[in-house]
Amino acid sequence: MAGVQLKDVEKVYPNGFKAIHGIDVKVIDGEFLVLVGPSGCGKSTLLRMVAGLETVSGGEIRIGDRVVNDLEPMERNIAMVFQNYALYPHMSCYDNMAYGLRNRGVPKAEIAARVAETARILELEGLLDRRPNLLSGGQRQRVAMGRAIVRKPAVFLFDEPLSNLDAKLRVQMRIEIKRLQADLNTTSIYVTHDQVEAMTLGHRLMVLNGGNMEQLGTPIELYERPATTFVAEFIGSPSMNLLDARVSDDGAVVKLPDGESWTRADGGGRHAGRTVTLGVRPEHFDITGGDDGEAHLHVALVEHLGADTLIHGHIGDDRNALTVRLQGVVTARMGDVLPLRVAAKHLHLFDPETGKRLD
Amino acid sequence: MNKRVVFRHRWLPYALLAPQLFITLIFFVWPASQALYQSLLIEDAFGLASEFVWFDNFIDLFADEHYLASFRTTIIFSVSVAGLSMSLSLLLAVMADRVIHGAMVYKTLLIWPYAVAPAVAGVLWFFMFNPTVGINAYVLHLLGYDWNHYLNGTDALILVIIAASWNLISYNFLFFLAGLQSIPRSLIEAAAIDGASPVKRFWTIVFPLLSPTTFFLLVVNSVFAFFNTFGIIHATTEGGPLQSTTILVYKVFNDGFIGLDLGGSAAQSVVLMAIVIALTVFQFRYIERKVEY
Repeated sequence: MAGVQLKDVEKVYPNGFKAIHGIDVKVIDGEFLVLVGPSGCGKSTLLRMVAGLETVSGGEIRIGDRVVNDLEPMERNIAMVFQNYALYPHMSCYDNMAYGLRNRGVPKAEIAARVAETARILELEGLLDRRPNLLSGGQRQRVAMGRAIVRKPAVFLFDEPLSNLDAKLRVQMRIEIKRLQADLNTTSIYVTHDQVEAMTLGHRLMVLNGGNMEQLGTPIELYERPATTFVAEFIGSPSMNLLDARVSDDGAVVKLPDGESWTRADGGGRHAGRTVTLGVRPEHFDITGGDDGEAHLHVALVEHLGADTLIHGHIGDDRNALTVRLQGVVTARMGDVLPLRVAAKHLHLFDPETGKRLD
Repeated sequence: MNKRVVFRHRWLPYALLAPQLFITLIFFVWPASQALYQSLLIEDAFGLASEFVWFDNFIDLFADEHYLASFRTTIIFSVSVAGLSMSLSLLLAVMADRVIHGAMVYKTLLIWPYAVAPAVAGVLWFFMFNPTVGINAYVLHLLGYDWNHYLNGTDALILVIIAASWNLISYNFLFFLAGLQSIPRSLIEAAAIDGASPVKRFWTIVFPLLSPTTFFLLVVNSVFAFFNTFGIIHATTEGGPLQSTTILVYKVFNDGFIGLDLGGSAAQSVVLMAIVIALTVFQFRYIERKVEY
């Protein structure tokens, strides 16, 4: 058991490309940290640096109280689950799981006991003498997990382990991973580009963009107080609407370009007169009456999801296109104009230049 | 559902097959049957008379200690050639797989020997090992060994083994490199995390996964050593000294065209034919099935 600490970690490739720009984070013992971001944001690179599969160009990585920058992967006491599972195709499931233990000189009887125990936890008992090519995707995934668990490492590293599974199995395995991690209480770092996976699994999330850390926090913090427009758009589905707007001169309302406006919570005059990017989550809109400072939505398209209804449209001109998510079945048609209200606490203001949150 | 193509015209399929059948018949079936027929005859050296003797040629053949010695030489030769060239090319492929800078140049250079004809390859090594002027023979002499493939049968055999192996290395290298590159990187990484040293990774992960390639090359190399090395031998040792490098295919030539024992030579060809058929069947039988992925 050990925590992981990254101090100003950087990665520069030999061709000069800087993949990671100074990441600082302290993952406490037993924590589940998710690295999330779009493809190419550096999340896998960062994970592979922790694993020892990529060199560290700058900064320091600690696992427990050891600096591991220059240690081989095997000396770091970690286990990794790969996206394509990376099972050894010429070995049975048993041998796949036992391989790491054998390499470390664990006695035969103990290997057998530990593999049996792991197989029991993962419900793989009947499959141990099969080769991976005879297993389904979900079973392979389980064997890959088993190979990690059986070693009882200090840290689990997951590199998009669910992305090769179909949607249904993915949800199932997601729950299983969460349960396992809670039971084993092993520090875990998990890479994904899927924000739902990130939100449901992580104790904390780190959102990466172009090798920079955009925000680090609990899922709810990220949802409720996104630090940048990037995080705002990345977390939540459908993503947050971002509109061009201006805070009125007295600071009481945010005005949209065509003159419509919403009342702000504090009205305390902060950012008065400032041009902003206004963020509102689709699920925070309300179309029920009321007159105070409303905007109007011109409906362009309606999607019925059963539990929810998604209404796509725009306010005023086309520039301010937005999506509204309402509970239940809402009857609306193309061309309708709906009054649109937002509770003041759900208005997020961002600097249009830097994308940073304005509080 | 009938997925087969159905030709409306009755003779069209035969017409389309005809060129291939024609070539096979003229260039393969006819000569092979001639060899079969010839192997049952004894002919005088001038080709004026021949006598049908059933299997006497084969009986003589397997009673002939020179032929049995040639068999032994062939086995030593082909096992050594396959072993030497495959292990060297695997070593080169593993190293080339790790090269990052100038990988293309390195790989291209390694492929060059494949463009050299076996006979030329033989002559190149013949010169380098020439007891009088060869650089390798000179170096060996400095090391205290008197190399002479004109007199020493073992030296001569080693010489043709080296030349044949060198000629095969590029071919093997290409296949091994392709095999190595088709092994997913993450498997090696997983093994590294699982605590296997680079050497152990190679023997427990990489080598087993290369086994289909290795098996294929083993068959191809054996066939090459058995049949395609005529040029190397003919250009260098001519089977000598004292038959020490007379492999089966060279003996066919020697007995048939130099010794003019056409019946005996044909019988030897038939034996070789049987061997190549056996190797081919072996390959078709197992090579598809042994694939690991």
